[in-house]
Amino acid sequence: MTLAEYRKKRGEPLIREDADGAHDDKHPGALEYVQIGVILAIITAAEVGLYYLDLDFTLLVAMLLTLSVVKFAMVVLWFMHLKFDASLFSILFAGGLALAFVVFGVAIAVLRGSLT
Amino acid sequence: MAQAAATDHLETSTGLDNRKLLMWLFLASDCLFFGSFIAAYLLYRGRSVVGPYPEDLFDIPFTSVSAFILLMSSVTMVLALAAIQRGNVRNLRIWLFTTAMLGTLFIAGQVFEFTEFNHEGLSLSTNLFGTTFLVLTGFHGAHVTVGVLILLSLFVVSMRGGIQQKDSLAIELAGLYWHFVDIVWIVIFTLVYLIQP
Amino acid sequence: MASIAVPKRSPLSEALKGVRHAAADYGSIWSWIATVDHKRIGILYGVSAFAFFILGGVEALLLRVQLAQPDSGFLGPDTYNRLFTMHGTTMIFLVVMPMSSAFFNLLVPLMIGARDVAFPRLNAFSFWLFLAGAIFLNASFFTGDILNGELGAPDAGWFGYAPLNLREFTPGHGLDFWMLGLQMFGLASLAGGFNFVVTILNMRAPGMTLFRMPVFVWMTLITSFLIIFAMPIISVALFELTFDRLFDANFFNAEAGGNPLLWQHMFWLFGHPEVYILILPAFGIISAILPTFSRKPLFGYAFVVFSGIAIGFMSWGVWVHHMLTTGLGTVANSAFGVTTILIAVPTGVKVFNWMATLWGGSIRFRPPLLFAVGTVAMFTLGGLSGVLHSMVPSDFQQQDSYFVVAHLHYVLFGGAIFGLFGGIYYWFPKFTGRLMNEKLGHVNFWLMLVGLNLTFFPMQISGLLGMPRRIYTYDSELGWNLWNLMSSVGAFFIAASVLVFLINFFFSLRRGEESGPDPWDARTLEWSIPSPPPEYNFKEIPTVTSRDAFWHQKYREDETGRIVPVVSGSAADAETPEDETEGEHGHGIHLPSPSYMPLIAASGFPVVATGLIYDFALVPVGFALILIGFFGWVLEPATEEE
Repeated sequence: MTLAEYRKKRGEPLIREDADGAHDDKHPGALEYVQIGVILAIITAAEVGLYYLDLDFTLLVAMLLTLSVVKFAMVVLWFMHLKFDASLFSILFAGGLALAFVVFGVAIAVLRGSLT
Repeated sequence: MAQAAATDHLETSTGLDNRKLLMWLFLASDCLFFGSFIAAYLLYRGRSVVGPYPEDLFDIPFTSVSAFILLMSSVTMVLALAAIQRGNVRNLRIWLFTTAMLGTLFIAGQVFEFTEFNHEGLSLSTNLFGTTFLVLTGFHGAHVTVGVLILLSLFVVSMRGGIQQKDSLAIELAGLYWHFVDIVWIVIFTLVYLIQP
Repeated sequence: MASIAVPKRSPLSEALKGVRHAAADYGSIWSWIATVDHKRIGILYGVSAFAFFILGGVEALLLRVQLAQPDSGFLGPDTYNRLFTMHGTTMIFLVVMPMSSAFFNLLVPLMIGARDVAFPRLNAFSFWLFLAGAIFLNASFFTGDILNGELGAPDAGWFGYAPLNLREFTPGHGLDFWMLGLQMFGLASLAGGFNFVVTILNMRAPGMTLFRMPVFVWMTLITSFLIIFAMPIISVALFELTFDRLFDANFFNAEAGGNPLLWQHMFWLFGHPEVYILILPAFGIISAILPTFSRKPLFGYAFVVFSGIAIGFMSWGVWVHHMLTTGLGTVANSAFGVTTILIAVPTGVKVFNWMATLWGGSIRFRPPLLFAVGTVAMFTLGGLSGVLHSMVPSDFQQQDSYFVVAHLHYVLFGGAIFGLFGGIYYWFPKFTGRLMNEKLGHVNFWLMLVGLNLTFFPMQISGLLGMPRRIYTYDSELGWNLWNLMSSVGAFFIAASVLVFLINFFFSLRRGEESGPDPWDARTLEWSIPSPPPEYNFKEIPTVTSRDAFWHQKYREDETGRIVPVVSGSAADAETPEDETEGEHGHGIHLPSPSYMPLIAASGFPVVATGLIYDFALVPVGFALILIGFFGWVLEPATEEE
């Protein structure tokens, strides 16, 4: 029995409910992509603008990091479709990111002598 | 065969396409790859014992334009995908080519930047900044180059009529890779260029 | 990259098609070179890993001859350094990892009821790249003045610590071969890791839910995830070293402000998950053997699976225990000491589950079971000495002594190698159709068990007596003589046991008793098909309704709860080999076509590496080969139209 036959027999959906393509109607169109592109461009301009303002360093870092996280998230969620696609992809990608953050965070802290 | 490709995911246990799963696993793995280089850069930030230092070299307006170009190439990439998903092969070709050209422009900018820095005395062996900066951005550039190669190959195949609506997965996968390269640059742009203690 | 049909066929592509058809004719040597069949790739992995096992073993014997007596002049210090470096690197990267890959390849598709892995050509690429890297690494021997007895192999230890690994302190090309060779196996394993995760997640037979999968498949999945996330880190560390050695960069150069400890962090961030990459496959193997030979289901399936997952996560939080004596500070040392104690918990859970599986079973002491029980016992001994290292003050005493050498060999030889040998005895009949000789199997096991303990137990004592590792000789007044002599004698016991194994293997290959499809009355799907399995594995993809799927096809409980065979007669009747209509060739099942492209792509890598070391002009040639391979791969159809 093939998997498709097996699913049909058990009344299971052939494609995951959360998979990209299961709901093509939710897919953003070209217009939405361009709108996101414009927002991304504006944020980049804002980042460069902040760089030239004479801000307190901690504040500057906080704002720049926030903006780059927003950009990062917009590209990943819309352009890479994670918002519309199967949750497994998000779990894998977020897992890799989180692992990198944690282990290198700890490694840098240890190497910089912050954990003595 | 192409037809098999369109229905392949119906025959997988998770209902997800093998190749797309492979691509996401690769990207997850690549997070650790770039993470390692970024960690080395951050660890050695401000620890170079001789110049030139980043503040002597960085040309923020120039790099901002570069970053903007790569960001816009993500937009054109996703437009290429949207085109082929609606079966519009002509627009696919236009946007694929535009994306590849924007990528090439970015690489050209990087080559220019490296050459400039080199004239001002920065090389791999000069100091910790030279080592970590050139290797990190160099590996990113290598990723972009591979991406351009993929895009141009897809463009050539599409000119020969090899990519139709049912083959949109090929464009989607190339897109995932391309956007990943873009988000790595979003991180590098902020952490390396804009934030300077 | 998705493959795209190119409409127009050039004469070149027609010629390539002809070559592929020639390879599809099973039997010629080309059919092995172009194979994409997971079973053949598994055999290729196994045979090459065993060849390297013999090579690494000979290196170990040479080391032990040198150390058998104090003030020995058998090997010079330089040769000694090169041999122990090659012994460690070979055993870890060229033996245990590829041997585990051999089992992944042979078994995973059969156990989950699939016809092949998700990406057959990527699988072939993994193998060829591994082999290319392995040969490349070993070629380093010849870069020295070999006629005058000077070997050119790397000599900075298997973990090649900075700053020793820099050009200034380790001139010569040995270490260049080491770092570039490792880069190649790293990439090969990475490709394999991707392939097996996709295969296991996506290619399961109908009804084979995650929690119906055999434990071996679970361990493969966890190992593959560890590979996916750990390999990029060592890859970056090796790239950094490459830039330092070949292009005068400063990653590990203290003079320029760099921190050599960065190398240790990167190495062990990879290295500790790597430890579990080495051992989890063996855990999976014995989790298949123990239930079969005790005629009971695995005790606490869920506990074994979840403790495997827990090990996978926790293996990321213990790397600093390899560097407790590097002065990282009390907080770091204490924290990583604690996580190291904690990781013993899920491992202990597994050990108890295996013991409980044996408890009350009707046990048959056949060779696979002996090796499996040996694995549990020896791994536990090694694990216990590992817990001692988590006590920071105790570790300060043991660091860099023979106590550590004893620990890691108990775990890797007593654990991983024992498990892998058990696996060979267990699955040999499946892939050859013949049983291995029982008596020789027993001799093999007892010789190896005695040899293992005779070799490594005394090392614990010499280590506690203060003998440092990696010294090429020692003074006779230090009180280490007896213990070293014992270790050396033990090493020859192990060599004898391997010899017995080889005799058994080649004898049984030709003259072994015919096994039939299911000689052990086993529990998992690979035993439901003929031995050796047909190219297409399953004539019809099975539908799975429970864990231990094949067992439940064979047996059911009657009203009183007794286990009775489903069909009258012997359980082996459940298999109907006579249905197998030969010549019909898999009922029109389309198998992936053989391909030379993976080999062509893989062959470019050593060319690039050689170019980096000797002459940059070769680098573009190598890249061209890689590109030709990949383009050919994407453009050729995965499955040929008949």
